[in-house]
Parts: sequence; structure tokens; C-alpha cells
Amino acid sequence: MRTFNPELAEIRFGYGLSPMVDPPHSLAQMLDGITGPDAVQTTFPIEDFARFRTRMVAAQKQRKIRRDNRGTARAEQARKQRNVLNRQARVAMAGWLGQTLLRRAHTPTAFRERLVAFWADHFTAMGRQGVVRRGTSPYIEDAIRPFIASRFEDLLQSAVMHPLMLDYLDQTRSMGPNSVRAVRRGPDKPSGLNENLAREVLELHTLGVDGPYSQRDVTQLAELFTGLTFNARNGFKFRKDFAEPGAETVLGVSYGAEANLSEIRAVLRDLAAHPATARHLAQKLAVHFTSDTPDPDLIDALEGAYLSHGGALMPLYQTLLEHPASWRTPLSNVKPPIDFISSAGRALGVPTDHFEGRQEKWLRRWVMAPLVRMGQAWERPLGPDGWAEEDTAWITPHSVAERVSWAMSTPQKLTQDLPDPRGFVDAALGGFAGDAVRFAAAAAESRSEAIGIVLMSPAFQRR
Amino acid sequence: MTASISRRDFLARSGFVGCSLAASPLLTPVSFAAAPWDTRLVVIILRGGMDGLDVVQPYGDPALAQLRGSLTGGPDRGAHDLDGYFALHPDLAPLMPMWRAGQLGFIHAVSTPYRDKRSHFDGQDLLEAGTHTLAGVRDGWLNRMLQVVPGVTSRTAYTVGRGDMRVLQGAAEVANWSPEAELNLSSQAINLLELVTESDPALHAALSEAQILSQMAEHDGPRDKGRHIEIAKFAAQRLSDEARIAAFSLNGWDTHRAQTRSIGRALSRLSDTLLTLQDTMGSSIWAKTAIVAMTEFGRTARENGTGGTDHGTGGLMIMAGGAVNGGKVHGDWPGLGAQQLYQDRDLMPTGDVRAHAAWVMRGLTGLDRSTFERTVFPGLDMGQDPGLIL
Repeated sequence: MRTFNPELAEIRFGYGLSPMVDPPHSLAQMLDGITGPDAVQTTFPIEDFARFRTRMVAAQKQRKIRRDNRGTARAEQARKQRNVLNRQARVAMAGWLGQTLLRRAHTPTAFRERLVAFWADHFTAMGRQGVVRRGTSPYIEDAIRPFIASRFEDLLQSAVMHPLMLDYLDQTRSMGPNSVRAVRRGPDKPSGLNENLAREVLELHTLGVDGPYSQRDVTQLAELFTGLTFNARNGFKFRKDFAEPGAETVLGVSYGAEANLSEIRAVLRDLAAHPATARHLAQKLAVHFTSDTPDPDLIDALEGAYLSHGGALMPLYQTLLEHPASWRTPLSNVKPPIDFISSAGRALGVPTDHFEGRQEKWLRRWVMAPLVRMGQAWERPLGPDGWAEEDTAWITPHSVAERVSWAMSTPQKLTQDLPDPRGFVDAALGGFAGDAVRFAAAAAESRSEAIGIVLMSPAFQRR
Repeated sequence: MTASISRRDFLARSGFVGCSLAASPLLTPVSFAAAPWDTRLVVIILRGGMDGLDVVQPYGDPALAQLRGSLTGGPDRGAHDLDGYFALHPDLAPLMPMWRAGQLGFIHAVSTPYRDKRSHFDGQDLLEAGTHTLAGVRDGWLNRMLQVVPGVTSRTAYTVGRGDMRVLQGAAEVANWSPEAELNLSSQAINLLELVTESDPALHAALSEAQILSQMAEHDGPRDKGRHIEIAKFAAQRLSDEARIAAFSLNGWDTHRAQTRSIGRALSRLSDTLLTLQDTMGSSIWAKTAIVAMTEFGRTARENGTGGTDHGTGGLMIMAGGAVNGGKVHGDWPGLGAQQLYQDRDLMPTGDVRAHAAWVMRGLTGLDRSTFERTVFPGLDMGQDPGLIL
């Protein structure tokens, strides 16, 4: 460790500087912040998935009433009730976005929030339709947040076997072609494998697309995964009658002679321990936290830490923070839109009660719709590979134009009074403020334009 | 440099910035250099892996019915017969007049050199890079073609929409436009933004381009429903003017389950897009236009257990426009029999999607074959002329 810098720690590994929260004074404080009491989770609560499932159960009930009473007033009433449930979930989701922004604005341990976001993106999952579409924040609360300081295999199991992931990647209907259930259904009813989850576990979650797996491994893993399913009432469920009988071979190892969950856990454990997974995760972490073209030595160091500590994540983070490449300037990665808005909220000191009593429409207008226009719809990435890391994906003319209009118009919605732009330069940029931005903040005609210009400066757009 | 900037410096500087912007090619309002050619090319990337076997259905191949259940297709299930062997998916019915006019054609069983990993993201990267492998490639094939012709301006080629269009990325200048671009700033704010971003070339370049493009978009009419329609309209308007190339994406082809429903939506968007391009251009520009739509890979020949299909290999390329030799299903049909599938699962690729794209572009631009084989698609063997352009 050579050049730890509190401001850089906050900008590069957190959500930027805050006028209210002091930056960390040491690496040890940053690391302790990951395992200490989760204060912002308590202060700004988000529904867990068990509670979220009661929404799914309620929606299913209305669906059944509708099905059983087609064409009647009862069915019509159930349809309306379902719309009410959908709306409630949509409103709740906007509330969780508000809580997420407040966590990021007020946390004294911002690195922890960044890691939650990093792993939530690594294990991208979202519901497809109806109430489940709103389930991403509860999924992160359950499947990701509690595991970011554990071993990668724990995180992997928790994410891959979570109901939202099973739903998102079509696993719930994948059936062994020779399973009890498929045989009972007979040849006329279509039933069989769906490779989607198995492929993405290998390609995205563990080995990486360049990893040493073949189409045969994908298919075998898909067979091994049969039986992973869930229902809204009770959550995750392993259904033996969906499971393909007989053993499967994945990367040369045989699993699942007996169809049971421990064999699936075993293959996930082995995939987590694979050297290709170490390399893949090392590369991703280095890119995410340092640069689109990270120092190869940093990647090697991360890979080594992962392998020598059996996939434990804390030593991985420690290695990241201790490596000199992590503290190199100038600022490098462009903040994606969500992080741009999150860090603007932090720099502006958005009050803790600021979203209370706001309608969903308000958040949609000032946060969600602009995010869509900047190319990063909240909790709707385009695919299971999550959001792009490359700066070029975010610095498109269109997206940058949207950032400008947001930076010029929305800060005044996030705080009672816009700060004095001259002081805001220091609060937002600290030692990274240059002469040009200092001059511009003072020279602008209006406060809102001055704040907008500070937020659009390279020192704020990059980290 | 640490000297502070005085107000006087700033005023001088902002004056300078104004001048330099006005003089930049991005902002020059008149007298464009003559476009390098008069034909029009639209490239549509169909992201997600389109199931070519469901779009142009080989119902004449007896193996199709054995491989597929709900997705058997054919005229008995509402598809439109094309030539007695292939039939067009019912949701593309609005395109049948275009087919009958010889302005819609297909190339079956084509692929990029990408094999076996069947990853969307790598598949699309290779499709857009146009190379044999991804190692060391940073630009797209459409951009490399622009790099070799003189007279290209910032308005010769457009990427349209918010998506990342690697196919047009590279050294040659390309414009981007997306619906709903808006930016209302005082001129002073613009000057100050110039000042604070000039140390960051990427950010600065994006800002410069965004401003000019949102000014242009103001002249467009009221918003129509559907982003894909807005995108097609914008592309057609630019192509009716000085633009010669447009590229954009249509998503929604990753039909792992309930394909009969999901592919229908994607096909309707495709059909709307092609018809909007045709209608907005008018017949004289349409007559000079070739549209090619391509996807990263096809899908499994067999229907999967959930009424969908998984990632495959050989796929379908679509071409449309007054300049194309349509009314035909081109390509070398490999058959769907037991020994004919690739790895006993996918349609066997018998042609290279890049070779067909190269022949289309050669037909439109008259550039040398060697340009395509060496520069645009390095190392490609274009093979025999398939006669795709009239």
C-alpha cells in the first residue's frame, strides 16, 4: 500500500464525497466497514424477499379466481384487484430506489454499498412480468447483501438458487426429459430441458465465456440443475420429480447419481473453486474498481488472493485496496448513470426524509425516467450479463446530453436549497477540483447551471 | 498547468471556443462534400439470436416436423408460402407485398465464424467486428468501409438509438441520434461546459455531438408510437438527405420459452421497421436502398422443453429494399436430417454472413473485392457472387 488517499477512497471505492460524512481514514476502516453492523440497512430498510413473496401469493390468488370464474363479475373484480397489487408493488419498488439512494448518500461505509451493487450486477436477476418484475431489490437484500463478506461459493449458491434467478433464467420449468414428471406427462405435452441458467452460471457467474467448458458441460449442468424451482408460498423448493435420473458429468467430474440438492451444491462449490473462476472474478473486480484496462499485476494479485484463500472474499477486497494500481490517478472509469445520480445525491446531501410522502410519480420523473434516457433503466439491465463496464458505453452523445440536462435541472429537487456553487466545488470534488471548474462554478449565471457544470466536470463524472 | 484563469482569460477563451465550434465540421451547416456514392445501406443488428427456422420455415424439409412441436410452422399453420419449400412466419405477413415485388429476400443457413460457446455477447461482438476472432479488434466492419472511401463527412453514417453499435465504431466519423434527445442551455452554460470538459476528450466530443444533434431533432414531427418506428423514421429521413448509411438494433430475439408468443412481437417490430423505412423514404430513394438484418447466431433445430429454442449456430439473414435481388431464398440449404445438423443440434452453417454483407456492399458502392477481403473483413474469402444486388 503506497498512496492511500481518503478522498480517492471515497470517489473510487464509494459514491463520492459528502458534505456530511467524513471519508475513511485508513484501509482498515474501509475493510471493517464491510463486516461491521449494517447501519444503513436498518435506517433505510428495504423489504426482504419472504415479505415480497406474500405479494406474489396475493397476485396468484387473484389469477386463480379469474381463471375459475371466467366471464363473470367476480373475474372482473379479481382483474382489478390484481392491478391494485401490481400498482402497490410498483410504488414499493420506487420506494426501495429512494432507500437505495439514501443508503448511498449517507453511509459511512460506502465501499460496502459499492460491493453490494457490484455483486448484484454480477448476479443480475429480475422478474419478467406482473408483481415479480418488482422483486430485484428484495432479491439483493436476501441473496447478495448478507454474503458479500463470505466466500464466493456461498454468494454463488445463494444467488443461483434464489427464486428470482430461477424465474429469470427459466430454470423453474426445466425438467429432465426422463424425469418422473416428464414421463408421467407423456410425450404429447412438451417438457424438457432449458439450458439458460446452466449456460449463464458457466459463462457469466463462474468460469467466464473464455473458460474451459463445452456445450456438453452446459447441457450436463442443465440436467443436473433440473429440480431447482420455487413457489410463491414457500419459496425455494427442490423437486425430485423434475430431476433427470442418473449422473451428469461437468468439467470431467461426475455428479448427481442420486438426484438431490447436495449434488447441486457440490457442482457450484467446484465451479467456485475453479481457477478460471478466480481469473474471471479478478478481471471483473479490477475493471470495475480501477479501469477499463486494468494493471495486469492487479489482476494477477486478485487471482492469487482468491485461490490462496479458497475463494474468501475479504482477502480479495484487501488485496484490491492494498495494490498500488488501485490508487493511481488521474480518475479513470466513467460513473454509470445510476452511480452518477447516486453520487450527486451524496454530494448534495439529500436529506434522510427527502423521499417521505413523495408519490411514485415523483421518483419516476426525476430519477427513473432520466435513468432510462441515460441508458440505464433502474433494475432493468438488458440481459443477464448486467450493465456495461466500458466507458464508451456511457459516454455516448445522447447519454451525456441527458446527464447535462439532469445535472442542470434536478439537483434542486434533491435538496431544499442548492448549495453555494463555490463551496460545492470543494464538497463534491475535494482536491480533485481543478482551476477550470472552480472558475466555471463562480462564473455561471445561475446556481443551477453552476451546480450542473460541477456535476458534469470530468472530476465528478469519473472515479 | 496551475495558473488560475481570470475572467478576462475566460472571455477570450469562450470567444475562442465559439469560433472553433463554428468552424468544426460538426457544426458546418452548409455545403457538404458530395457523398461518396448514391446508394443507401441500412444495417440492422437483431440482438438475441433470431430463430431463422421459425422466420423462414423450411416446411418442405420433412425433418422440421420431427424436430419441432409447437413451432412446426408451414402454410398449414398460417405461414405464407414463399417458394413451395420455405414459408414466411405469419407475423411477417405485412411484408408479403414487398416479397412479391422482389424487394425482400433471405439468405438461409449463414453464420459468422463464431462457434460453440454460443454466447450472445461474444457472438454480437464478432458479428460487428467482422473479423475471424476478437483478439485485438476495436472497430466495426461498417466503420472500416467508411475509412477507405474519400468524401465521408460526419453526416454520411448514423447509428440510431441508445444501443451500443460496435459495427459502426471506429476511426471514421459517425453520428448518433436517439429519440427524446433534448438539451436547453444558455449559451454561457454551454461555453462553461466546454471549458470544464476540454481536458477530457471523450466527454467533450460526446457533448459537442449531442448539441448539434438535438438541434437537428427539433425539426422532426410529433412523436410516433414505438421507439422502433421513431428510429426507422429518423433513419429514413437522414438517408433521404445526405446520409448514406444507417445502423441500429432490434432486440427481443432470445426466445428460450413460449416462442410462438415472444418471436411474434419481435417480428412485428421488424415488419413495422421495414415498412416505415420504405414509406418514409419514398420510392426514388427506396429504389437505391439495401437493408440487411443479421443476428449473432441461429437457434437449436429442436424445440426445447419449454416451447422455445436455445442458442444455436446457422441462422438467417434478411435483406430488403429496391436495390436487392429479392423474392428468393438464397443460400445453400443444408437440410435438417439427422446427419445434416451441426453437432446434432443446430442448423449447419453453409455460408458466411460476412461474405453476403460484403457482396451487398460491393454491389452498392463498387469498391474492389480486395477492399472487402483485406480491410473491411480481413481474411475473408467472398467466394462466388451470389447476386444479391440488382
